[in-house]
Amino acid sequence: MTQVSTGEALMAYDEVVAAYDPVMGLEVHVELGTATKMFCGCATTFGADPNTQVCPVCLGLPGALPVVNAIGIESAIRIGLALNCEIASWCRFARKNYFYPDMPKNFQTSQYDEPIAFNGHLDVELEDGSTFRVDIERAHMEEDTGKSLHVGGATGRIHGATHSLVDYNRAGIPLIEIVTKPIVGAGERAPEVARAYVATLRDLVKALGVSDVKMEQGSMRCDVNLSLMPKGVAEFGTRSETKNVNSLRSVERSVRYEMCRHGAILAAGGAVTQETRHWHEDTGITTAGRVKSDAEDYRYFPEPDLVPVAPAPEWVEELRASLPEPPAQRRKRLQTAYGFSDLEMRDVLNAGLLDLIEESVAAGATPAGARKWWSGEIARRANAAGQDVSSYAVGLGVGPALVVELEGLVTGGRLNDAMARQVWEGVLDGEGSPTQVADARGLQLNRDSGALEAAVDEVIAANPDVAAKIREGKVQAVGALIGQVMKAMKGQADAAAARSLILERLTQ
Amino acid sequence: MSTLIRTSAAELASILATGEASAVEITQAHLDRIAAVDDQVHAFLHVDAEGALRSAAEVDKLRAAGDDVHVLAGVPIAVKDVVVTRGLPTTAGSAILRGWVPPYDATLVTRLKNAGMPILGKTNMDEFAMGSSTEHSAYGPTRNPWDLTRIPGGSGGGSAAALAAFEAPLAIGTDTGGSIRQPAAVTGTVGVKPTYGGVSRYGLIAMASSLDQAGPCTRSVLDAALLHSVIGGHDPMDSTSLAGPVPAVVEAARNADVSGMRIGIITELTGDGFQLGVRERFDSSLAHLVDAGAQVVEVSCPSFVYALAAYYLVMPSEVSSNLAKFDAMRYGLRVFPEGIDDPSAEQVMAATRDAGFGDEVKRRIILGTYALSSGYYDAYYGSAQKVRSLIAADFAAAFEQADVLVSPTAPTTAFPLGAKLSDPLSMYMQDIATIPANLAGVPGISLPCGLAGEDGLPVGFQILAPAMKDERLYAVGSALEQRLHHAWGGPLLHRIPALTETKEA
Repeated sequence: MTQVSTGEALMAYDEVVAAYDPVMGLEVHVELGTATKMFCGCATTFGADPNTQVCPVCLGLPGALPVVNAIGIESAIRIGLALNCEIASWCRFARKNYFYPDMPKNFQTSQYDEPIAFNGHLDVELEDGSTFRVDIERAHMEEDTGKSLHVGGATGRIHGATHSLVDYNRAGIPLIEIVTKPIVGAGERAPEVARAYVATLRDLVKALGVSDVKMEQGSMRCDVNLSLMPKGVAEFGTRSETKNVNSLRSVERSVRYEMCRHGAILAAGGAVTQETRHWHEDTGITTAGRVKSDAEDYRYFPEPDLVPVAPAPEWVEELRASLPEPPAQRRKRLQTAYGFSDLEMRDVLNAGLLDLIEESVAAGATPAGARKWWSGEIARRANAAGQDVSSYAVGLGVGPALVVELEGLVTGGRLNDAMARQVWEGVLDGEGSPTQVADARGLQLNRDSGALEAAVDEVIAANPDVAAKIREGKVQAVGALIGQVMKAMKGQADAAAARSLILERLTQ
Repeated sequence: MSTLIRTSAAELASILATGEASAVEITQAHLDRIAAVDDQVHAFLHVDAEGALRSAAEVDKLRAAGDDVHVLAGVPIAVKDVVVTRGLPTTAGSAILRGWVPPYDATLVTRLKNAGMPILGKTNMDEFAMGSSTEHSAYGPTRNPWDLTRIPGGSGGGSAAALAAFEAPLAIGTDTGGSIRQPAAVTGTVGVKPTYGGVSRYGLIAMASSLDQAGPCTRSVLDAALLHSVIGGHDPMDSTSLAGPVPAVVEAARNADVSGMRIGIITELTGDGFQLGVRERFDSSLAHLVDAGAQVVEVSCPSFVYALAAYYLVMPSEVSSNLAKFDAMRYGLRVFPEGIDDPSAEQVMAATRDAGFGDEVKRRIILGTYALSSGYYDAYYGSAQKVRSLIAADFAAAFEQADVLVSPTAPTTAFPLGAKLSDPLSMYMQDIATIPANLAGVPGISLPCGLAGEDGLPVGFQILAPAMKDERLYAVGSALEQRLHHAWGGPLLHRIPALTETKEA
């Protein structure tokens, strides 16, 4: 079976793209986030003890029969619509027959020549800002298999293992398989296109709310088909199929690696073997798996235990009308509306803050304020806790309303920026709402203009050198004096007022 | 021999209601009979005396307390071993499931239990319901109580023989190509295949999903209607289950009204190929129906001649997939291959399937695997599905001209054990008249219509109705039964030779 070899010849990437055009086909499996499995009522919670979420149906016990999960069908249609697909007015499930110990019935209930969604496309944005259209062949529904754990070998693969354990909790979890048409014309950008496609698809599915699309937990998995054709040739070459490429970075790297591997074989006059390849995340290479001939025969036939799926056209239109705005479009719209720079926007997206900012703005915060408060201290704490900001905030009970309140204390003149930071820390420490924290900590700007004037005069008198510089026009030196005023007033000064008063005294 | 065992389920129901006999007494009488004769008949694979008596006692307690109980509460029943029963061994007649005890009940079993019907045990059958003689059981054949040297039909020979031997008043069968109706015909009992979807398939070990249907096996048409009402009706666990209510079958059986009904004789299912005595009994039954006010017409269903061929493509195709789950991984038999030190899962699967499946099962798995193969699918499975559509169209046209269709149930009476074992095709021909109903999903009944002159063995009369018009089977069946009983001076089973009771109860 698997041979972990390392010494396969590779061609330099520049040479590959100079001589060949890559053709890609991407197959992405998305595990739906339904509460129950595709064909029975078992729970789908990730990480439960092995074989605790099973029943006669998903264990394939004699006599058991499947019943379709309506939410699964709805999710499939929504994904299809979001991918600009046509939705079948009538389609069936089919049995894909093959023997494997982690497949309880020894057939997988899937769809064959009648997918629920077909003929779509997804526009993906590349780093240079250009758009690449990926055509979608189909999106179909199927069930996941159980999970085999091979014990006793060195690699965790079946080769060399002494025995295998099977967990059927995953068996029957709904999957949507999304298959692209051959992606041609990407040229040297093929690895980037592959990555961008998977990333865009992930965002889209996430926006639909039908899956958590966590590649590291396997709720989104990608198989990469790749072949090369010499420039000027229109006929596709022999492809390899790299299985289970489970991160965006790996998608990009595996395409690049396979291009270089194919290139070396073809340039040496060899023939690429049609086979399954395993991707090794650690070493960044693929190794040969099983040879896959076209003759592999799954003996598909329509699943007689299920009735055809015939979604009413009105229902499909309802689902279409309720689709969320495509993520890319939404990002552009909000960036413009909020006036964020590209850099700011990238940071916001990387930290996953856009939803929180949008909610905060809707609740009355300014875009800049919302961005500042959600990306500061709380992001640092969430990161330290190994969580994303939104779930960390939910855990703390901190929401957009508190950000609005905090900002109001600043704009209303009660707090300066430094005080607001202290208050926010208090809020995150669980001391209460911003107002409660400010009250408890006695934070309040000193609005007594006499006190401010006295402090300013005192500080100018005590710092003649700095005062002289400012008089000479070095206005940036004012910061040093503001700091001292602040200190003199125990941090309760309004920094802006202090600044204008100092400048008034020294430049007029 | 207690008279309780010769009593119909309907009569037992009234005996229970009046308190003339208790459920425990009735159940015990049948258990005694099983103990006395089943070593000759071998209708049962497993008898659950304890469980049956326990549930009978519960019913007696409820009745004594004046609680409302189902009309059949306390009437015992035998269940074909292809139906899963929680806590009771279920093998489907196969060695590959030897010792398997299901952790759940089939929906129809739940309904029997909810009705308070004690389950006497599990009845013998051809392995995975594949066969017409019950000789393909891994646990040995069942014998026909009319003549112990003959077959009781199949696949549900155990359920039919249990009724004819007075071991049970009621039984459950399943019918994929005739497995309820043909055994009923050759044992002088009644069997109904309801409309496809009329009785839940949840918990039936599937042979061919698009054809399988469970139904009642009884000794009278009214009993069949009563049992049909218990097990029928929508089940959310079976996607192919019909949504509507159970047709008014009991009412139809009681009214037995056929006046003005058009009875269509299917040209293609009469004449040549049917035993003389079978044809004679069929013809005289028609005269009784005319007598009862029905009108007889002849209808042609030209595509029926392809039914057997289409069936032997669709059924094995589904079999090849449905039986893939028997792989030694999670339940049932596990056989390690000889001479291999460290066998792989695939090698264990292969060795188990080789040892655990009988020849007929293997034959059908191989046929089906071939028919579904890439490159052959269109020619075999695809064409067979087209024939299926043509057969459905033939039925639709025929039901324009007739309210029900009739034919002999089986071409012959019970044949001797072993007579057709080496000739599968001739065995398959037993189902020539029953298969069209499965292919089209329409309901059918077989009821006894007399003994063939040449061998003195029972002949079955088949009635077919349009889908979801099951009540017509009972109206016509009941009308015919009344007139036949009148002519015979009682039920046909009164003429069955007595079995020697080998053990005293």
